Amino acid sequence: MTLPVPGQASPSAPPGPPLWLLAEVTYRCPLHCVFCYNPVDFARHGAEMGTEAWLKLLREARALGSVQCGFSGGEPLLRDDLELLIAEAHRLGFYTNLLTSGVGLTRERAAALKAAGLDHIQLSFQDSTREVNDFLSHTKTFELKQRVGEMLREQGWPMVMNVVIHRLNIDHIDRIIAMAAELGAEYLELANSQYYSWAHLNRDHLLPTREQLQRAEAITDEWRQKLDGRMRLFFVVPDYHEGRPKKCMNGWGNVFLTVTPDGTALPCHTAAMLPGLTFPNVQTTPVREIWYDSEGFNRYRGTGWMKEPCASCDDKEKDLGGCRCQAYLLAQDPEAADPVCPKSPHHGIVQVAVEQAEARARSGAVPEQPLVFRDPRHSMQLSCAR
Amino acid sequence: MTAVSEATATASAGPLSDTTVPRLGHGFRLQWEDAQGCHVLLYPEGMVKLNRSAGEILARCDGQAGVGAIVASLEAAFSAQGLRGDVERFLLMARQQRWVTWA
Repeated sequence: MTLPVPGQASPSAPPGPPLWLLAEVTYRCPLHCVFCYNPVDFARHGAEMGTEAWLKLLREARALGSVQCGFSGGEPLLRDDLELLIAEAHRLGFYTNLLTSGVGLTRERAAALKAAGLDHIQLSFQDSTREVNDFLSHTKTFELKQRVGEMLREQGWPMVMNVVIHRLNIDHIDRIIAMAAELGAEYLELANSQYYSWAHLNRDHLLPTREQLQRAEAITDEWRQKLDGRMRLFFVVPDYHEGRPKKCMNGWGNVFLTVTPDGTALPCHTAAMLPGLTFPNVQTTPVREIWYDSEGFNRYRGTGWMKEPCASCDDKEKDLGGCRCQAYLLAQDPEAADPVCPKSPHHGIVQVAVEQAEARARSGAVPEQPLVFRDPRHSMQLSCAR
Repeated sequence: MTAVSEATATASAGPLSDTTVPRLGHGFRLQWEDAQGCHVLLYPEGMVKLNRSAGEILARCDGQAGVGAIVASLEAAFSAQGLRGDVERFLLMARQQRWVTWA
């Protein structure tokens, strides 16, 4: 890589281009998922950027070397100009991905998105049983998702599905995989919930037990054998149980550039929660300057910011200290080692959470706080209370 | 970026014939990236950065040329000989990864 790298925090590893651009085009969403990773205070964020501002972002990011573009949300289908944005992204040479629940997709819209050059849709399913699905997403969407699966096939898109897995649906994993196979999915990601934002609020309801996880992994393995490569299964283990920090976002400011509906540029979906950091807006700051020069993107690049136990750890290049947001959420210190790491002085917090999940499973106790559904009213209430 | 999960071992064992016509797998796109100075293979939510020879081979997998023609074209372009074995080994690996497919 020969790009000049001004303002680089860690001289050892100059960042490459932001290969992955995630455009969170709206926080509006017809669903109310209890594990949503959108910020809890989303209803207080600024107005969505208009079409021209998104187009300008796409051009600048592509010129910088971005190749993958994800259109996400909220529910991106709620943007009337989605086809326009995708057409421009395609023209610029992005590989275009739409991350959707499928709510709002019609045959006509699917054809228009295909004509615009959309390469791929990742369809998220909450669960395969209608009752649980309706409960978890709070709207009747299951039948629609079956129809959407058909639309994907009609347009010749690869069928890529994602299901967020947690305590309330993990015991349905056999049915979930069976349904994906029935719909002809080529790839199914079984992503255990990560505990940020709404999922963090609802953690007591969502964190599975070890036994549940082991069973789910065993069932997934059985399906791998049975399907013999016809559908690829990817099981994302939750880091609370794995006891190993993840190399979050493949490194802070390393490949990912997320832009929120109001144009704030972030190194990950949830980084705006971190205290003492400001992130530029793509409407007022060029993307090149944001990526290479901004304080927000440079702060946790590389390993120079680390303190003990990370600074002297043999694995520091491997996991880069884990997730900064998780360190802040659990240890109230964004520079701490990710508390999921057994070497973290705060690891006890994670162990207690896992132990409590086990204890609730044994006793059948229900968490005191009821499930909080992701919607603007709760968002206003919860962010007001802070 | 979502990682590619395990590659499945479905490659045929036999040697490829001159008339085997490889083409890029469904959902894959090959393009040159100036910012990275190489060919990349793009697929849903992922990217493979290709070294020079991989890029040159895949760029010739257009669904028209057979393996014989691909090898001849590479040997002509690089003034080289005896590339057949390397090309076949790469194509079999690429097929396992689903980067390419053929009938």
